[in-house]
Order: sequence, then structure tokens, then C-alpha cells
Amino acid sequence: MSDRLTNDVVVKVAHLARLDLTPAEIERATEQLGDMLDHFADIDALDLSAVAPMNQPLPFVNVMRDDVVQPCLDRDEVLDAAPDAQDGRFRVPPIIGSGA
Amino acid sequence: MPPFSTASEIAARVRSGDLKAVDVLEQHLARIDARETEIHAFNLVIADAARQQAGAVDAIVAAGGDPGPLAGVPVALKDNMCTRGVPTTCSSKILAGWKPPYDGTVVSLLQRAGAVAIGKTNLDEFAMGSSTENSAFGPTRNPLDTDLVPGGSSGGSAAAVAAGFAPLSFGSDTGGSIRQPAALCGVVGVKPTYGRVSRYGLVAFASSLDQIGPFTHTVADAALALQVVCGHDPHDSTSIAEPLPDYSALLERGVEGLRVGRITDLPAGADPDVAERIEQAFDALAAAGATIVDVEVPAFTYGLTAYYIIAPAEASSNLARYDGVRYGLRVDAPDTHAMYSATRAAGFGDEVKRRILLGTYALSAGYYDAYYGKALRIRRLMADDFAKAYAQADVLLTPSSPSVAFPFGSKTADPFAMYLCDTYTIPANLTGEPGMSVPFGTGQNDLPVGVQVLAPALGEPVMLQVAAELERAATNLAVGSAS
Amino acid sequence: MTDTRWTHDGYEMVVGLEVHVELATKTKLFSASPNRFGDEPNTNIDPVTLGLPGALPVLNKYAVELAMRIGLALNCTVQPCTFARKNYFYPDMPTSYQISQYEDPLNVDGWLDLPDGSRVGIERAHMEQDAGKSTHVGGGEGRVHGAEHSLIDLNRAGVPLVEIVSRPDIRSPEQARAYVNELRAILLAIGASDAKMEEGSMRVDANVSVRRPGAELGTRCEIKNVNSVRSVGRAIEYEAKRQILMLEAGESIRQQTRHWDEGDGRTHTLRDKEDADDYRYFLEPDLVPVAPSAEWIEEVRASLPVLPAVRRARLAEAAGLAADSEAVGAIIDRGQDDYAFTVQAAGGDIGRAVVHMKEAFAEMGAEPTLPAADLAGLTTLEIEGKLTATQAKTVLGELIERGGGDAAAVAAEKGFEAMDTSELESMVDDAIAAQPDAWEKFRGGEAKAMGALVGHIMKASRGQADGKLVTQILNARK
Repeated sequence: MSDRLTNDVVVKVAHLARLDLTPAEIERATEQLGDMLDHFADIDALDLSAVAPMNQPLPFVNVMRDDVVQPCLDRDEVLDAAPDAQDGRFRVPPIIGSGA
Repeated sequence: MPPFSTASEIAARVRSGDLKAVDVLEQHLARIDARETEIHAFNLVIADAARQQAGAVDAIVAAGGDPGPLAGVPVALKDNMCTRGVPTTCSSKILAGWKPPYDGTVVSLLQRAGAVAIGKTNLDEFAMGSSTENSAFGPTRNPLDTDLVPGGSSGGSAAAVAAGFAPLSFGSDTGGSIRQPAALCGVVGVKPTYGRVSRYGLVAFASSLDQIGPFTHTVADAALALQVVCGHDPHDSTSIAEPLPDYSALLERGVEGLRVGRITDLPAGADPDVAERIEQAFDALAAAGATIVDVEVPAFTYGLTAYYIIAPAEASSNLARYDGVRYGLRVDAPDTHAMYSATRAAGFGDEVKRRILLGTYALSAGYYDAYYGKALRIRRLMADDFAKAYAQADVLLTPSSPSVAFPFGSKTADPFAMYLCDTYTIPANLTGEPGMSVPFGTGQNDLPVGVQVLAPALGEPVMLQVAAELERAATNLAVGSAS
Repeated sequence: MTDTRWTHDGYEMVVGLEVHVELATKTKLFSASPNRFGDEPNTNIDPVTLGLPGALPVLNKYAVELAMRIGLALNCTVQPCTFARKNYFYPDMPTSYQISQYEDPLNVDGWLDLPDGSRVGIERAHMEQDAGKSTHVGGGEGRVHGAEHSLIDLNRAGVPLVEIVSRPDIRSPEQARAYVNELRAILLAIGASDAKMEEGSMRVDANVSVRRPGAELGTRCEIKNVNSVRSVGRAIEYEAKRQILMLEAGESIRQQTRHWDEGDGRTHTLRDKEDADDYRYFLEPDLVPVAPSAEWIEEVRASLPVLPAVRRARLAEAAGLAADSEAVGAIIDRGQDDYAFTVQAAGGDIGRAVVHMKEAFAEMGAEPTLPAADLAGLTTLEIEGKLTATQAKTVLGELIERGGGDAAAVAAEKGFEAMDTSELESMVDDAIAAQPDAWEKFRGGEAKAMGALVGHIMKASRGQADGKLVTQILNARK
């Protein structure tokens, strides 16, 4: 088993990603992710400091649109698809704790 | 393999009034009736809506109007393409039953071209997988041998064409999810240049890698399909504005004078039966007048690592919107953050969770530079290496898949074993260059082998040109040469 | 330059302000739904606003232009820029990430000069999406804690924002308020935003730390929910004192986000920064970089109107008043300076005009209802000594009510006649004769004795003598 990853790290990452994991799942995830990171070790030794990152395949710039209103979606159609709605708004359980 | 009508044939006959779209549709629905239970290519067959659409096409023809270049052609759509009012589930519990309030651009273009949407096809959940075993609604079976996988993630779309359910289907390709299942099912599959086909309405997996593309029986059909769905879309900021060439123009040209590259440092891993067919492909092209050149792509070998960092990283962000607030599954909880965690735990399958965790980790403070930062630089190296290769060769040839179709469960124990299926297809996603798989003979157990043709950005015309030659050569293989 | 320093128990405050401004575009930043306040909930929605699967953002060009205007008005360098995703979960953020600018913002390295002469550095001014609105239902007083559920309206989600981040150059509550006011005046002048704090189109967060002058920077706390200019000053002062108290008690400051409560005048813990999520910023793959051309930048720069600071300086110089005087500030805020210069062009005295306009034109906008020539005529009478300041004020009131008129005629109606100097001289003679004791005392150096003499003259003239002139004459006769 890889020692690249500990359970603590996985628990933190799972919280960042808002995924409830059972203790068994945490164990398994730690193992599997650790294995994957081991596979990725082939890049550890590479010195890429002189290489610029490539975020996108295309060298576009300045794609913009005019400030013109377009038709909106139908609110009823949208709210019908919502798990819970009230008074034209999406309804959720109380928001406790930070957004950050 | 039974000869199924091609999209080109159907469209020509419907346009001329020789064939009715409704009859074409019934023929395909009958095939679906016969084998769909066995194959499970579809999450949903939309027979009634299809009948209405087919009827509308026939009405236009009867009135003397132009019904479009795909008139009456039944088309199957991967269930990660938004279709207004029709469930679009991404084969995930978290979107089970969700009906988009809008059509994706490609869906609209197909409808305007006269195509008849016949159903939404099965996929690996959120397009993450290479076998369609990760679907929350059960796997799709390979029509050529139902004990074997059709490949993935667009397994349903590939199987639909292979089984004759539709002459044309669409999938999405992020790391090979069109080209690999095309190879495993013995059909043609194309991933266009990134930005050539609009992503508006395609449920995002990895935004800088995803592209929609067609599955067809023939290269000519692929060219026809590309002519319809390629083009600039103002709804997609990454959409290419260059005008479209005539994709069918070079199909009969042959390969005299073209340079076909063999990547000498290609990662090992292809099974011998596959490797043999690729060799024969080189031989066939040489015999037809192409020059085979050796090229090197040193970064190729790091492609898998770069991809399995970049794709999950983008996916972890793209899938964060599935939180139970505005649509899809919700699992109740006393507060919103608990609701998110419970909803996502219940709604996502294991592979999706795995990739979300991996991607979140790769973007985290403290790990960003070691993983995501490095992966983006490998991507740059990859692009530079391919650019050098394309200075020496017009196209490159590789296997599409390291193996022919494999049995269910044979690669699910270790996630990485499944990831290796993408070894040869991944680079084209990282660089944004086009690639396609063309059936070229069979391997063990008479299962189809696919040859991958790679070309530089916007190189679809030469890619199709070489593919057409391989298609011609393949018929010779089937007829006379050694198996 | 005025020293606006604030100190308390030997500490100074170090404050930076982050101001979020909603841009005055017709549509949202990345989609074409209307950017409008006050509509029925969830009516200004589209796939991007809702964070629907398959939705893609497309940048609003006019938003970029307005963002550039803000940057140029703040003396920033406009540079090629990129968008990044800031990832966090919250019900009013439909994609669970905010598209913002991180490594390469549009505008960097500017500054804002305040009326008192001080300068506050601007680190950056970048574009980002606004979030929707959540209302909390049930529980106590609509506050988050103890609520039964929350309701989400996404009309505001996706509205274009510019976040203006100052350097921590602010050293007092007054300076902070002046910064906010000046920024607001600029935003209004360039048409970038209606900048209404009460409607949320301008929001201010303060980063506050304290230190002994010359020492290293202290740990800072971020203060949110500061909803008016007045609150800016109050919140900063409270927070600085809170931190000083803690330091003096030997405690250390924890880096936190705190919530300002205008009701009880205190900041309260919202969350610890240590608990804050890792935003996992990465370049937005669905958008491409924006590199405004030199031509476009110059076009925008040339289209900027004269900024408030320049207008203030011009008016102050012409009117002989201080640039940071209330009168000058008021006239500029209302946009009445063009009018004041028209009064000058019509032969009037702009100094007197400004003093009158400060009060009398308070409810008028940029197009005062009184013809400039009429005000000019009034000021001329004043300058010529034919009307006292008090009389002029009365005449002005009458002119405004009538929508105009001839000042001299109105003065005559009212029986105002400015007394000419010889009349005044003879009244002074009479007063001296009538109040010899007061006169002796005044001549002897008791300035207060003048009051009796002036009072006599005022009574005799039924208030029509010009007090200033009378004082001058008395002093000359001493």
C-alpha cells in the first residue's frame, strides 16, 4: 500500500468535495488513490520548470458577445424540475456554516 | 456482420422521395425491439417523438421542400447530450429523470438537418470509463459478442450503430470515449478537433478535453455527419470560427504522396493481434502510394498520467453543481452542507467518486504544483512533440485500443487496468487534435480491431482521406488476405 | 497633505477595503439574461445562471468595457487577463464555483487620491460573477441560525461585479469613509454602476489590523455586512479598538471573518479563516483570455468624463474655496458645477453662487430650475454691496419659487435696499454719539463692545445694514 496518502487527507478532500464516505470507503479510497499517485510517480523526477503550462488546446483570445438581452427560460418549467420550491424560489434546508 | 443501410443511402432515398422517413424509422425500431433487451444500448427509446419527427420530414419532402442532408436518418444520442423535455441522465442516479429545459446545439443542428432522434444511449456514468460498466443503469453489451464490453464511455452509441439500431449515433470523447468503443464494436468513430463541434448542451466532464463526435458504418457517413455538426457556435466560447471545408471532398483521392507517421517510441501494451493489424494498415497505405516515416513523440508515454490528473481535476469542479438544490436527486438532511454530502454520496457511483476525490486532491493547496501544475506542463510538451511530428508526417497511425473487446469484470478490480485502455487515445484530447478509429480486420476470436488515424488541428480532411483508404483496404483484408 | 492619522492607546489602524460593485450592464456577465434589480424571483434565468448541465459561459463585452473604465479612472494598468474558477459550495452559487479573476486580473497597480490630499493604493480591480440571494425563513428574525429553511432566488446570480481591492493604506475611519465616497462619486461619474450601498450594488468589506507605528503588520480580520458609509467608519473604529483591547490584555488576534452588527455596534465572529475552504483556483477552461488592444484601451480612456477630483479642483479654484470644503463637495456630487460655471459666464460671482447653491439647490439635480443668468444677477448685486448676504438669501428663495426673475426687482419689492457707504457712515456717527461708553471701550481694545454699536445700527436700519461693512467702518474709525 502506498504511503503517499493518509486517511486524514482523504477525509479532508472528501469534505472539500462534499462527499459522505463510510469508514470502509475512506480506507478503500486512501488505498486506491495512493496506488494511482504511485502510478503517477513517473512525473516526479521530471524537471518541467522551463515549460509553460498548457491549459487549453486553442490559442484564442477575446471571445465576447454584445450586451443584448436574450429570452429567458420558463420559470415554471425550471421549478418543476427542482427537488423543492416555494414562492418561486428554490427551497433548501437551513444554511448553517460557511460557504467557504 | 449484416450490411446495414448507411446514413448517406437513407438520406439520399428519403430526399428523393424513394423512401419514407416513417418506414425507415419503423425498420430501425423493429431491430431495437429484437435485440435491445439483450444489448441495452439505450437508456431511453423515444419512439413516439421519433415518429412525429419522421412524419414531419416526410411532409417537407411531399411539399417539395428541402428536408436537410440527414433527412429521415435515425440518430441515437449519448445520454449526456441535453435534449429538451427528454430525460438526460448521464447514466447517473443523480440525474435520473431530469429533463433539460433546452436543447444542446448539436441536437438542434441534427434536427434541422432532418435527422430523427430515436433514443438516448447508455454510457459510463458522467462519461468516466472505458467499458460502460460504470453506468448506474446496467452495462451495455457488445452486439458482436454479448459477453464482452462494447468499450466506453460511449458504449451505448457504439453498440447502437454496430447492432443496426441507428446508422448514425453521437458520443463524446474526453480520453478516447468515442474512438475506443468504435474499435471494440467494429464501427467508425471520430473525435473532431477541439472546438470544431459545439459543447453547448454537452454535460461537461473535462471541459478542455471533451468533444462530441459521430459513430457510423462508413467513413463517408462520418464526413456527412461532421458537415452537419461542425461549425462555430456563439454559445460556446471555445468554438472555432474557421469556415468548414467540404469533408467529403478527399474521400476518393487515395493516399499517393501522403506521409504516414509511425511513432517509434509508442508505449508498449498493444496485444499482438492488434499490433499485427496496425502493421498491415501501414503496409496497405504504403502499397497505395503513401510514404511511411518514423517519428518520435517522447512525451507520449506521460500522457496517461497527465490525463488522469487534468481530467479528474476539471471533473471535480464540473460535477460540483450536482448538489440537490436546483435539479436532480436530493437526499434530505438538517442543513444544506449535510444535504450536499448525502446527496452526492447517494447519487454518484464509485468511479465518479474516485475521480472527484483525485481531482479535488490534485487542485488542493499544497498539491497543485506537484500534480495539476506538472500535468499542464506535460500537456505542453505533448503538443510540442506532436507539432514536430506533424512537420514530418501528414497523419499518424496507432492502435485505437490496446486490445479487442474484453469480458465484463475483467478490468474492474484495479481502476488503473481500465485506465490503460486509453493509452493511445488520450494524447489527441490533451493536444486538442483530431483522431478517428477505422475498423481494420479482426483480432482474436474474430473480434474487430480499430486503427487510429491522428491528424493536426483542423486536419479532418486529410484524416478522412487516409481513413477512406484504410476502409477500402480493409475490405480486401476481409475478402482475401490472411486472418 | 492633511495627516488623517487615528491613534488609540499608542496603536494605529491599518485598513484595506474590498469594494464589490455591480456593473450597469443590460445583461449578466456570462449569459444574456437581464441584469435587473427587483424583478419576480427566478425570472432572469438561463442555463448558465442555473448552473444546468451542459451550460457554457460567454463573456459580456460591455462588462469588460465598464471594468476597464473603472480601472482607468483609478489609474490602473489594464493588462491581458484570464478567468479562474473559485470552487466552494453554497446554495446561492449554482455551479458551486464562482468565475472570477485570480492570477491575471484586468486592472492592477492604481491609486485613488482623496479630497484631503491623501492617496490610497489600488492593488487590483477584477471582474467576477455575483451570487444569487438566499432568504432565511423561520427561526429568529430571519437570521441564518435557527432558520427552518432557506429560499434561493438566482436573479442576481451571474450579475457582473468588479471587485476593487485597495492596498492597506487607510489609517482612520474618516479616511475610509472618504475613500468610499470618492469611489462612489467616480463610479457614478463614469457610468459604471449606480453604486447604491442600500440596494447592494456597492458592498464594502474591510480588512482591519492594528500595530504600533513602525512595527510589523498585525494579524487582520475581515469585516463583512457593512451596509452604509457611516457603518464603514463605525465598524472599523470598533474593530480596531477590539483588537487593541485584546493585544493589551496579552491575547493574540486570530485571523477571522467577522460580521458587523449595526444594531449593537459590534463585530461578531462569522468564521475562522483557518476553517476556510481551500478554493482550488484553476484557469476557467470554458473561457479564453481577454487581451484588450491598445486602441480599445485608449478609446475607453478618451471616453472617460472629467473625474470628480478634477472637477472639484476646478470649481474650488474658481470659487476661491478649499477643494475638500463641504460646499464644493456638495456641488460636485449633485453635478451642478457646470451650472455654476454658466453663472460665471453670465457675469455672476461663482464664489457667492456656490455658497448659495450649497443650501438652496440641495434638492435639485444636475439641471437646476433657476436660470443661471438670474443667479448671476443676484450675486452681482451682492458683490456690488447692494444686498447683504442675508438679504440675498431671501431674494434667492423667492426667485427659486417663482422659477426665475430679476433679483433687483425682487429686492425692491421686499424693500431691501443695500445702504450705500455714506449712509452707513452717518449711521455709525449716530451710533457713536448714542453709545459713547461702548465706543470708548471699543477704542480701548474691548472688541466685545462693538456689539452694542452694531446692534444700535442694525436696529436703526431695521436689519438692512450690512454687518460686515459696518464692522469695517468701525474698525477703520478706531
